[in-house]
Amino acid sequence: MRLDFTIISDDFFAAGAASARIKKSLQQVGIPTSLVRRISVAVYEAEMNIVIHAYSGKISLELAREKVRIVVEDEGPGIEDIQLAMQEGYSTASEEARRQGFGAGMGLPNINRAADKFEIESTVDVGTKLVMEFNL
Amino acid sequence: MQLKEIIKAIDGRLIYGEEHLDKEIEIICGADLMSDVLACHIKPRTLLVTSLVNAQVMRTADIVDLEAILFVRGKEPAEIVIEMAKDLEIPLIKTEHTMFKSCGILYQLGLNGCN
Repeated sequence: MRLDFTIISDDFFAAGAASARIKKSLQQVGIPTSLVRRISVAVYEAEMNIVIHAYSGKISLELAREKVRIVVEDEGPGIEDIQLAMQEGYSTASEEARRQGFGAGMGLPNINRAADKFEIESTVDVGTKLVMEFNL
Repeated sequence: MQLKEIIKAIDGRLIYGEEHLDKEIEIICGADLMSDVLACHIKPRTLLVTSLVNAQVMRTADIVDLEAILFVRGKEPAEIVIEMAKDLEIPLIKTEHTMFKSCGILYQLGLNGCN
């Protein structure tokens, strides 16, 4: 199974719709509830990151025999200091993001906690790429 | 504890979910930061107490399978958010009480927090 979504920046109403679709699809193919929860939380945080920080982005999910692999790639300002961005509470989000209940510096730490394997690479003024894997 | 008993205890009002009044609530999560809700290990039968009334509350509720949502300080979500709740079959209630007082009442009723 493969799912692809395009995420639009600054659309705070639609934000989270891709994650909801991914959750439903994973439930339908019989992935255990606790794993669906972990995947959905991680994808939702990543989706919000695109909406909040990037100009546009893509989420691709691949369901293989032993794992679920998700790649989240955006075009955006990138992250200057990844180590700092991984710290709980560090945030560069806008006031609007905070009004939406996000931007508290928990996104990347939450993704890191949820995923079995998490990689992040970023180039300033180009964009950011996240790869997360979940063992089945 | 049933949702209808909670509504009574907090002087609340049902926004949506007449058919869900018998739902059992065991755990309370109080938060305005949705990332905090996502960081918690939300268990079944959890009620979220929040003063945030936008669409992201419903998205979060869907992702972590919240049982019901209580909006504090008299806040009421927009119609489009209520429609999302109907689609997800997640009942919505509101109270004029503050977050602190609402959580205090629920704590006194013997309900547990999330962790």
